Amino acid sequence: MGPVMERRQYDEMRAADGSVRPHFGPIADWLKETPAKRVAEKRREADLLFHRVGITFAVYGDEEGAERLIPFDTIPRILPRAEWDELARGLKQRVDALNRFLHDIYHGQEILKAGVIPPEQVLKNAGFQKEMAGVELPNRVYSNIAGIDLVRHSDGKYYVLEDNLRTPSGVSYMIENRKMMMRLFPELFARQTVLPVEHYPSLLLETLRAAAPPRTRDPVVAVLTPGQYNSAYFEHAFLAQQMGVELVEGTDLFVRDNAVYMRTTSGRQRVDVIYRRLDDAFLDPLAFRKDSMLGVPGLFAAYRAGNVSLANAVGTGVADDKSTYPYVPEMIKFYLKEEPILQNVPTWMCRNPKDLAHVLEHLPELVVKEVQGSGGYGMLVGPSSSPKEIAGFRKRLKADPANYIAQPTLSLSTCPTFVKRGVAPRHVDLRPYVLSGREVKLVPGGLTRVALKEGSLVVNSSQGGGTKDTWVVE
Amino acid sequence: MLSRVADRIYWMSRQMERAENMARILGVASNMVLFGTKETRDQNLLAPLTITDSAERYFEKRRPVTFPALVEFLALDPDNPSSIYSCLKWARENAHAVRWQITSEMWETLNTTWLDMRRIRRADLAGGGATKFFDWVKDRSHLFRGVTYGTILRGEAFNFSRLGTFLERADNTARILDVKYHVLLPTVKDVGGALDYYQWTALLRSVSAYETYRGLYRDQIFPIKVAQLLILERRMPRSLAGCFDQITQAMERIEGHDRAAKRLASELHARLTNADIDEIFQAGLHEYLTDCLADMFELGQRIQRAYLGTA
Repeated sequence: MGPVMERRQYDEMRAADGSVRPHFGPIADWLKETPAKRVAEKRREADLLFHRVGITFAVYGDEEGAERLIPFDTIPRILPRAEWDELARGLKQRVDALNRFLHDIYHGQEILKAGVIPPEQVLKNAGFQKEMAGVELPNRVYSNIAGIDLVRHSDGKYYVLEDNLRTPSGVSYMIENRKMMMRLFPELFARQTVLPVEHYPSLLLETLRAAAPPRTRDPVVAVLTPGQYNSAYFEHAFLAQQMGVELVEGTDLFVRDNAVYMRTTSGRQRVDVIYRRLDDAFLDPLAFRKDSMLGVPGLFAAYRAGNVSLANAVGTGVADDKSTYPYVPEMIKFYLKEEPILQNVPTWMCRNPKDLAHVLEHLPELVVKEVQGSGGYGMLVGPSSSPKEIAGFRKRLKADPANYIAQPTLSLSTCPTFVKRGVAPRHVDLRPYVLSGREVKLVPGGLTRVALKEGSLVVNSSQGGGTKDTWVVE
Repeated sequence: MLSRVADRIYWMSRQMERAENMARILGVASNMVLFGTKETRDQNLLAPLTITDSAERYFEKRRPVTFPALVEFLALDPDNPSSIYSCLKWARENAHAVRWQITSEMWETLNTTWLDMRRIRRADLAGGGATKFFDWVKDRSHLFRGVTYGTILRGEAFNFSRLGTFLERADNTARILDVKYHVLLPTVKDVGGALDYYQWTALLRSVSAYETYRGLYRDQIFPIKVAQLLILERRMPRSLAGCFDQITQAMERIEGHDRAAKRLASELHARLTNADIDEIFQAGLHEYLTDCLADMFELGQRIQRAYLGTA
């Protein structure tokens, strides 16, 4: 990343003329007056605490699921209340439209009939589950828990980078980061009113209970995890504990007469809502992947019969696919008759020959992603890749163009971050979590991920990213 | 409570108790090798292997009968499933799997213990390091039990944790007494001899019963009184009767429709309550303890079947 780009990007703390933005004032003062030694001490303390509490994540491809800490940066990322309120409106609008879209494609398919989205984009999508056609869901909600990735470009505007409508993770870090900041730097919270995020688990529980099959009295909720070696296991356990519900693995559940039960020390217990952190393919070996050891035989039949709810629903993957993403603004207009509040990043669909030609021509400038990829795997960031890497990617792209989309390289905004030599700007993104039950709700904040390597735009924890506490301040 | 969760909690507590017992056994051995003839030294070195049923595994690899080799095998060997290292590892693994059903303090205690354990090297256990290490293991176990007792809801997690702790402890006390008695038997006639005194003292100390013995009996150390204290004295928290008080209490609180396990637990409890130490000695202490160990094994099996889902 050259110096030209550096000057162009938006910094969360400092305006173009170098002055500190008002909402960052107290933190800027604090950075100035706090000795580096004390801050370094606190950072070590944070590391120690995170390790002791066991907030770690497993890295794929690492030796036997070794656990690592996600680096935590102690300088918060701050948003003024008014800016957040506008974002929140945009997020609610977007998730509302996405849920309507999912209901539509599994029912009347009006959006396809109207020619807004080409039918093959939906019907031939790997995430489209034919078996979901006609299934009625409580409140018509498919993605009860959505994580929307936002970035701020050099124009100062937020853009949606991607929608995560299947099993978005990271919310436990949002809560733990806040707890850690309050523990390490209580004095900072006296300087500014920071809106709370710690009630997220109770909102989540409310959302899940609202998803129960109709007429269920006092619904029993459980969190379904692939198990303790999953990279997000900490989060599954954390959320179950915070909500006070059971954390179950596939083998803890069984289906009898189309109803789902848990095996307990005092016999079987009925389950009404499953917050599953397991992909569709692994849910039920009878309905999906036969080799799944993680799922529950018969679960999908019980689900279709309306005897148990799954959150998120089966078949949401079709809506957060990167090749569906370009149509979301159209969905908002189609279902809500509103203008989108949040902007999409312009996207080239490599399955269109014209787009592909443009992408191949501009590869060194673009970001190219797999349509079903996640976690920063299988992507190319043109400007920071070597000619050899670009040539390699070109081959893969040509071999299977439909598997890729491309976007201009956004200059993600930067936020002051502690690095070896003091404080320096590093690129950040933002993932707020949107809960849809009887109504759409979110807590003021989200997970800020930060690319700790200088100039890097990849914020994923699996690729050397860290996290920050995210403050919405009055 | 989910059967899988109960199983993890039960074994988490058993493993931690097992680590403590191993540290106690080794702590005594480290003391005992300082006394006596070569023969009694060797006997004392072998005792930890006999108590923990691991002699066969030990000699598979032609290990020498020295204290450092013994400590390496019983404290640090990751391939020995009953080493302190393995016990702490599995206690933490089990806790990790159910950390949402236990309190965060319990989890943090086991996690920190394991992180510290991983940093311990052979050199740390040389010389006085071994005793320090054993004390540390005991401390961590005390801390874990105390944290558990002080923080967790009195529900099924608590019940299964207690069950695991006290079944493991009863098993261990029975084994120590049985094996030590074998070692000590030839010297019973020399009661009052210096070595003998240290041997008996060490046995009592290994189960934290030395001061108690002095306080209760105000007498020199007689084998029959040691047995009385460690088997039938219910006020003694490491005695079989003391452990079974806790086991039956936990069993009674556990919800569920099982009869087989609960019945056996209260039978064993009643037998300990009504026993007489003279009668036990007449019939043979070794035979008595062998029966106890078999009964406790059966109880463990029944608990596993009734509540924990034998997978």
